Amino acid sequence: MDTFVQQLINGLTIGSIYALIALGYTMVYGILRLINFAHGDVFMVGAYTGYMLAIHLGFASSPSIIGFVVVLFGSMIIAAVIGMLIERLAYRPVRKYSRMTTLITAIGMSLFLEYIFVVIFSGTPRAFPQLLPSDNYTLFGNATINTSQLLIFVVSILLMLGLQFIIFKTKVGKAMRAVSFNLNSAKLMGVNTDFVIAFTFALGSALAAAGGVLVAQYNPKIEPLMGLLIGLKAFVAAVLGGIGNIPGAVLGGLLIGAAETLVVGYGQYIGIPSTYRDAVAFAILILVLLIRPAGLLGSNVQEKV
Amino acid sequence: MKRIFLTFILMTSLLLSVACVQKGNEGGTTNTGDTIKVGVFADLSGTTASFGQSTKNGIELAVEEINNSGGVLGKKIQLFVEDDQGRPEQAKTVVSKLINQDKVQAVLGEVASTNSLAAAPVAQEAKVPMITPSSTNPKVTQVGDYIFRVCFIDPFQGAVMAKYAANNLNAKTAAIFGDVQSDYSKGLSEVFKQEFAKLGGRIVSEQSYAQTDPDFKGQLTAIRATNPDVIYVPGYYGQVGIIAKQARELGMNIPLLGGDGWDSPDLWKLGGEALKNTYISNHYSVENPAPDIQSFVKAYQAKFGAKPDSLAALAYDAAKVLADALKRAGSADPQKLRDAIANTQNFNGVTGKITINAERNAVKPAVVLELNPAVNSFIYKDTIYPEGMSAPTADTNTNANSSMNMNTMTNGNMNSNMNMSMNSNAINSNAMNANTK
Repeated sequence: MDTFVQQLINGLTIGSIYALIALGYTMVYGILRLINFAHGDVFMVGAYTGYMLAIHLGFASSPSIIGFVVVLFGSMIIAAVIGMLIERLAYRPVRKYSRMTTLITAIGMSLFLEYIFVVIFSGTPRAFPQLLPSDNYTLFGNATINTSQLLIFVVSILLMLGLQFIIFKTKVGKAMRAVSFNLNSAKLMGVNTDFVIAFTFALGSALAAAGGVLVAQYNPKIEPLMGLLIGLKAFVAAVLGGIGNIPGAVLGGLLIGAAETLVVGYGQYIGIPSTYRDAVAFAILILVLLIRPAGLLGSNVQEKV
Repeated sequence: MKRIFLTFILMTSLLLSVACVQKGNEGGTTNTGDTIKVGVFADLSGTTASFGQSTKNGIELAVEEINNSGGVLGKKIQLFVEDDQGRPEQAKTVVSKLINQDKVQAVLGEVASTNSLAAAPVAQEAKVPMITPSSTNPKVTQVGDYIFRVCFIDPFQGAVMAKYAANNLNAKTAAIFGDVQSDYSKGLSEVFKQEFAKLGGRIVSEQSYAQTDPDFKGQLTAIRATNPDVIYVPGYYGQVGIIAKQARELGMNIPLLGGDGWDSPDLWKLGGEALKNTYISNHYSVENPAPDIQSFVKAYQAKFGAKPDSLAALAYDAAKVLADALKRAGSADPQKLRDAIANTQNFNGVTGKITINAERNAVKPAVVLELNPAVNSFIYKDTIYPEGMSAPTADTNTNANSSMNMNTMTNGNMNSNMNMSMNSNAINSNAMNANTK
């Protein structure tokens, strides 16, 4: 029993990260109908930004809550700016062309970010410094939860609540919803769509960067290609929940994370080796696309952003 | 996108070749030029870049020493270093380039068996001798008769740790947690499993991970449920540090065992305190007081500002074995060079005496080291010899002592000494080769 609970904790931890990144995919898709393949790499950029901040502001040597908060928000802000720059420099100029053009641009942007970081930082994995003192808390029996896992839960829940607030309670959130319904009508109604799109990119990138810092706390190894697989899985999570749908992205992320970990933990009893964890995520994607192409929550009833 | 990628490759290879050509002689664009061209392929920017860097350093140090003492066959050795980014397909490409474009006379590399396996067929087909310093998977040298190695092979490394677990750590049960993408890890796991069972132990859980896995707690939790005495983690340093950390977070304080893939300066940064109570098999110990080892350590430290890990030591030995073979061959003719490498007998390397056997593998002992995260170094625990090779009556250290002058490569007498001892064994070795074919 405690093994099962432990696996669930492990799964939901990684699932929360998928959810944070999936939110960025889903928001951009909701507004531009663009799958932003560079989003996984923004996650990596966030982790590296956090790394640089921690080293240069001197938080690397002495773990403290202030240090963690500064690094987290610092990298979120910087990633938001980078996200807006990517949109302004790479996507906006090609927005008037076919959707395929933007998609290819996104793939190019993804490779560009990956290899520019290989050039700057080299491909060698770097050890991310411990920003908060690490502790283990025993829940019951053998089931334990670590500070960094707890942090991932708490921070991602807070960020998701914050996002919900921005989208439903603020003016710019209202504009975002309007743009996602119909970009041209929103423009006709006087919504500054360019600003709304840039804001969406900023928001998504900030969440991805938060994910990057949180993952780096949990698994303290960062490298330029770290966003590749996590980004892909977050994309699967977004599709699973119904792309364009915000609660769907969260649900999808948690489901993929839990499914993956349970495959690792129990798959061997039904003949699935633990290394099929990645295959499972993609098998789920194929199944969902076959049975429910719009995703779990992707119906018209839900508010799309 | 493609252009950016190509530019990037071009830039790195340009930078690297500029960096290493400095040391060599100018000119010499043909095989009959005034340098002997040696190609090196290593991961200098990928996920095992620390391996590649150590390998490159070790080879550069060896070549510098060789060239400073007059080179071989009256010529200097010129290095061509290529970055394969730790990717098998890239390894194949750069080795093709080294052979076809740079016209190298021999190739040194790689560390990861998967990359060596990808590149070896290219060297074999072109009949250019290739020596891998540290790929331990048996399949590497099975590619063909031009492929050699100066390290021991996986079966031995897996058996060493199984023996150590059963005999020294008194383990009755073990779990295996391997890297599914690496031929190296699979080889070690397989042999550990057999050997541990032979010694009366039981494998209670087998799990595997991918290098890209975002966390390892799922597998570790499953292992924890089976309650093993030790966990064998034959992976690479990029993952094992984190695995140790997460295992400790899950309250598993049992010994973790590994192989030479753990050996990297980066391991300490990634694993930290969690590396307490872990043991690895390795090629040599930097703490070994033997003078020839210490003079190598000193020279390396002076040049690169870091202690040489075992990959640097093996790379150093690989370059020295090649130089020695060139001298014995009397020319850089590929066929003669190949035969000379195959006839290497009792070559005194910093990683022990190297004898190339009929399978073109080196037969030599392994050391077991305990990790000491408090001071980021290893504690020497034991030396384990391969079957059929018994521990020398005198300590290996004293053995090395007596042959120290041979190894420093400054002594001109060395060649004649070596030649004599090796030629006497040459016939023997050839006969063995014929048998295996």
